[in-house]
Amino acid sequence: MNSGKKITLWIGLTLVALLFVLMAVSLFYVPYGANEMNIAGRLQAPGAAHWLGTDNFGRDILSRIMEGTQTAFSVGFFSVCIGLAGGFLLGAAAGYLGRWADELLMRAVDALMAFPGILLALILVTIFKPSLGQTIIAIGILFIPSFARVIRGGFLQTKEADFVKAARGMGAGHAALIFRHIVPHILSSVIVTASLCFSAAILVEAALSYLGLGVQPPDPSWGRMLNESQAYMSKAPWYALAPGLFITLTVLGFNLLGDGIRDLRDRRA
Amino acid sequence: MLSAPTEAPPLLDIRDLRVELTTARGRWPVLEGIDLRVEPGETVGIVGESGCGKSVLSLSLLGLLPPAMRISEGEIRYEAGRLPREGEEAFRRIRGREIAMIFQDPMSSLNPALTIGEQATEMTRLHLKLTKREAREHAVSLFRKVGLPRPEALLKEYPHQLSGGMLQRVMIAIALSCAPKLLIADEPTTALDVTIQAQILELLKTIREEDGTAILLVSHDLGVIADMCDRIAVMYAGQVVEVGTAEELFDSPRHPYTQGLLQAVPTPAKKREKLLSIPGTVPALHERGAGCRFHSRCAYATERCLLSAPPVVRVSGAGGGAGAGTGAGALAATGAHAVRCWLAAEEGGLPHAAG
Ligand code: SF4
Repeated sequence: MNSGKKITLWIGLTLVALLFVLMAVSLFYVPYGANEMNIAGRLQAPGAAHWLGTDNFGRDILSRIMEGTQTAFSVGFFSVCIGLAGGFLLGAAAGYLGRWADELLMRAVDALMAFPGILLALILVTIFKPSLGQTIIAIGILFIPSFARVIRGGFLQTKEADFVKAARGMGAGHAALIFRHIVPHILSSVIVTASLCFSAAILVEAALSYLGLGVQPPDPSWGRMLNESQAYMSKAPWYALAPGLFITLTVLGFNLLGDGIRDLRDRRA
Repeated sequence: MLSAPTEAPPLLDIRDLRVELTTARGRWPVLEGIDLRVEPGETVGIVGESGCGKSVLSLSLLGLLPPAMRISEGEIRYEAGRLPREGEEAFRRIRGREIAMIFQDPMSSLNPALTIGEQATEMTRLHLKLTKREAREHAVSLFRKVGLPRPEALLKEYPHQLSGGMLQRVMIAIALSCAPKLLIADEPTTALDVTIQAQILELLKTIREEDGTAILLVSHDLGVIADMCDRIAVMYAGQVVEVGTAEELFDSPRHPYTQGLLQAVPTPAKKREKLLSIPGTVPALHERGAGCRFHSRCAYATERCLLSAPPVVRVSGAGGGAGAGTGAGALAATGAHAVRCWLAAEEGGLPHAAG
């Protein structure tokens, strides 16, 4: 059981690390320009020159996938930041103050949560002009309730711990109680949530872009590639396979990582 | 006059304190009519079974009551100044600096995520505005004082690396770090094993003698209290039922509950049996009727006990001879031996307990 659980963590960590390396490399080097067209070499099958083949404009799919990691990771990272910041404010206030503040804030969070996530994102990106920035903001707002709940729960629980009461009894102020004594104890559950939200962000971004409402061309996006490849499904199946595979691997990686961290924490507790 | 002259105000003066718990079903008094004084340098014990309100009393002194509880009547004076009833900021200046508290379980009272050093220097940096270095030196000297080995190395260790006894010493060192005038110790030895218990009590005695710190010792264990305290208050179901010097309570306990507690103290012959062998349990908040709260368990209970609340009676001490007091103040008067019982009101009505 012990090693089985650890394997989850290691697979997740490996996948995520590999994707990170791919992204880092793409910042300095891609085999071909991601937007370099070559009409003569359209829809080539994977081969020595183009490892993952070329698309309907003759662009190198591997290069586009690599540049797509940048989009995916920045959407994941920044939307998680937005969700975390908003969730921390709401959740910490609700959990720390308790009573009516808790009631009020958590009802608001429930209301936000009752809305289907993708629908909310759709509304947000249609109100504003679809772009990378809007996509990030829309997805970030989507994550606020999850973070708020986890952080509130952690605060409620840790606030009652003896050492927090003892610190209060010794004259520690609010800031010291929150940041020295409570926050370190909810960190692991926040990391788990962040990891799961990261994968959800990539999935939502792909879905929005697939619908044409997310990242706009020429920014490379796995979701858009999936969309564009549809028409050539029978002629060039590898075209759809590549972005699909990468979306799956990324989501899987972050989910396994999150689960692995959670198991690790539960075992210690 | 048996005891301290009255010119100097008491260090801590609790007057007619009432604490209420608000629930969905109404408001219940958790503490009622608590009168208690602690003189500078004095050690006062509060004893009673769990559920008697001893811990609520100690928490109320520092404004640490849970949100559902509040002080609804009475006042707490500290060095003749009134302590605020609530208000986090007002209490923060007092907590740790004037009045420090040590809690029951040292293992859970220290933050597992911070080193001993970080926690031992937190208070002096906050209250005394020491620099990091000064605070560390101060902590090391306190660690020496409470008998902790290799104090410098300890600063870098985490709570899980230390034994319970050592952690309680650390807690005591932290509590003493701002030289408080009053130390509240809520069951300071309950979570520790017997030999360590004795060492910790020994340490508290040393502190009292060397620093003149007044100690309010809260415990369910009359043995612990007897060992340490000048005066003892016995609590039952949210009230002080008997108060007196240690000798008075041990030699001539007047309240049936005190007698019951005394008989339940383990002697070497019946070591480590169940500590409290009085049949029955403390009545819950909503089960406390108009009469004596102990009547359901009292061997001497009469109809009168059930119907009307017993008066507080001074049986000896500062107020002179026996006689029905008016209640307020009678239990607080330093040096007075006072009892809340109908039997004591009819003088001599209660046979002294044997042993
Ligand atoms: S008042 Fe009556 S019931 Fe209460 S302790 Fe005294 S004798 Fe017992």
